[in-house]
Amino acid sequence: MSPQLSTPSKVPFFRDIRTLKWALQILALLAVFALFYWLYGNYQENVAKSSIQTDLRFLDNPANFTIPGNDLDQSQPVRDAFVEGFLNTLRVAFIGIALATILGTLIGIARLSKNFMVRTLGTVYVELVRNLPLLLLLTFMNLAVVLQAFPRIENAWLPLDLFVVSNRGIAIPWFIGSPAQLGIGILSAALLAFVVAKVRIRQADKSGKQDRAWLVGIVTFVVLVIVIWLLFGYGWELPYVDGRGTTGGLRLDPSFFALVASLVIYTSSHIAEIVRGSILAVSKGQGEAADAIALSGSQKMRLIILPQAFRIAMPALGNQYLNLIKNSSLGATISYFELTQIAQITVGNGSPAVPAFSLTLLVYLAISLVTSLVVNFFNRRLALVER
Amino acid sequence: MITWIRRNLFRSITDSILTVVSASILGYVIFQVFQFVFITGRWEIIQVNLKILLVGRFPEELMYLVGFSILATCFSIASLASGMNRPIDKPPTLAGKLWELFQRFGLIIATSAFLIVLAGDLDAVLFGAYVVLSIFAGRLFGRARRTTPLKRLPGWLWVAINVTLPLVLIFLTMGQAALEEWGGFLINFYLAVVSIALSFPLGVMLALGRRSTLPLVRWLSTAYIELLRGAPLFVLLLLAGVALEFFIPASIAPDAIFRAVTVFTLFTAAYLAEVIRGGLQSIPKGQAEAGKALGLSTFKITFLITLPQALRNVIPAQIGQFISLFKDTTLAGVALSVLDLLNVGTAITKQDDYLGQGLIYESLAFVGLLFWVGSYVMSRESQRIEKKLGVGIR
Repeated sequence: MSPQLSTPSKVPFFRDIRTLKWALQILALLAVFALFYWLYGNYQENVAKSSIQTDLRFLDNPANFTIPGNDLDQSQPVRDAFVEGFLNTLRVAFIGIALATILGTLIGIARLSKNFMVRTLGTVYVELVRNLPLLLLLTFMNLAVVLQAFPRIENAWLPLDLFVVSNRGIAIPWFIGSPAQLGIGILSAALLAFVVAKVRIRQADKSGKQDRAWLVGIVTFVVLVIVIWLLFGYGWELPYVDGRGTTGGLRLDPSFFALVASLVIYTSSHIAEIVRGSILAVSKGQGEAADAIALSGSQKMRLIILPQAFRIAMPALGNQYLNLIKNSSLGATISYFELTQIAQITVGNGSPAVPAFSLTLLVYLAISLVTSLVVNFFNRRLALVER
Repeated sequence: MITWIRRNLFRSITDSILTVVSASILGYVIFQVFQFVFITGRWEIIQVNLKILLVGRFPEELMYLVGFSILATCFSIASLASGMNRPIDKPPTLAGKLWELFQRFGLIIATSAFLIVLAGDLDAVLFGAYVVLSIFAGRLFGRARRTTPLKRLPGWLWVAINVTLPLVLIFLTMGQAALEEWGGFLINFYLAVVSIALSFPLGVMLALGRRSTLPLVRWLSTAYIELLRGAPLFVLLLLAGVALEFFIPASIAPDAIFRAVTVFTLFTAAYLAEVIRGGLQSIPKGQAEAGKALGLSTFKITFLITLPQALRNVIPAQIGQFISLFKDTTLAGVALSVLDLLNVGTAITKQDDYLGQGLIYESLAFVGLLFWVGSYVMSRESQRIEKKLGVGIR
């Protein structure tokens, strides 16, 4: 007797996994749509009641406020104020990221030092700063340091006679001339120096001789900058106290200083932990191999450990950079005229709140996206190429 | 000793210079702090305003509710902690135990003692005694779970009992007093606890959604997470401050606390989702496959096998998220004019008695102390749990 094979009966459609999957997704989509529909309906209803604008026309209205240290006119449209705020945010972000990376790396290395004192200092710094709210640091910097500990302009501190430090801000020496011209000059010098260094590295790779290619590159860069400097006749200008203010040099707003300082202090404590973790994550054999071929301590760090550590640290570092950019919105709490502060002021001046703040959010989102693209690009460049 | 000094401080000339420089920086800072705390600091501003700093103008007759919710929180934490597995390296002697206790909670004990001394009345001492009692009661309760018939209680019910008790009291307290009477450290604490409790389910759902095999669900979750993570919390709070009423029915009049909790919940959920996703990714595929082999449904595999392990693996990261939320609650102060600890701290220096005397150092130092001790103890505990769980060591 041949065994009766049961023919598989057709699965009913409501138990078919494919139907179920689609049904679930459509359900999820419907739920989200319903939520948005509900929110939008509420929005329409409430907006109709209070008769406010919901579009971006407010960008063309006159701004009606001025930004200290900026020649933005009161009659210029709100759009220009937003652009100015955006630029200020970028300024804080660039300087903050650069300084926080340097300080954080140094402290991260210090935390692993063989020297007990250096190690302790690093640990105290990190544990102290990491566990405080950023807003507290910012408030402290603004109220306690800049506005209270810094002297009045009459008896300003003049460290080395180069700087003027007072509660009206910090003035630093600055060059005279067109910034764009100098920027292009420095950029081309950097490019040239980079090419020189690359060529030297290629030669060194071929000949197998030791060559201080990066040193050569840096020297080239410095020499080129000096040449450009002399060629175009730039000069330094030192700031000095002039009655109720300072003249000459570049004046940094007190709020700018407080914001950058607190962002750098806060973020560097996080970066230090990332750097420390990444250095520890570099396999031990690498350091031992460096010792075995008798590299000096700094060579071992510079040539063997740090390049590999930064490969590991890159994604986490990128996150910290994003955090710093987003945290720069706290500048609004101490009246630094960055994006958020501009949005807050225009809303206070009668611009519609929802579009204004939504626009601000979108700009931050765009900055974040661009930053993560850049970080991902470097991450791919640095990533270990495996089979 | 001499060898240690030579090894660790004066290896070479550069090393010696580094030692001297960092020792003098450290010494200077310690000297300045010591001088500030014990000699130049004028702490009567803190003493006078202690109640405002801690609970704002919370009505005196409702303070018992606050007291009860603090006691309940201590009880639950103690009972949950003692219900966990014993540490591997259990200190053998009483002195060892005391030393461990001191290392873990010395800071909290010292700060509480400091607060009691500042308050300087009998009620504060009594309350301190109650807290100690409730911690012991919690420990007993937690131990009873292992020795008495309570053993038969399923684990989730046990956790649920312990979590619900303080949360119910906290929510009850939040509803009792009018918003304008709320303030101080109480607000920071409650905002953090309530927001993390509310954001947890949302975070779990988003994490599961992001790893779902259904593309639509995955895209929606990813979009939500990335959007929220790309936005600054401060701007979200500002937006909620002026715009939340447009998106909800007019019958609900949102107050500042409601706005803050909404934003913190939605924001933290996105970050929590990423943390939990990391945990889910750390679970080997074999776990889910074993579940399938047993014929469990996808739902059961997720909630009985993968998710519990994932959540356990990322407990330290979740605590880290909680710490940053705790610190970020200060943003509600500036964005929504909630009278939180930092706001009160800057406001008391503008009182008539203290105006223009430069007391901002004293008040910010006090505010910083409370936040610092809270965050530091939590991060230390999370490191301890990390070691105990042995994640990454096995």
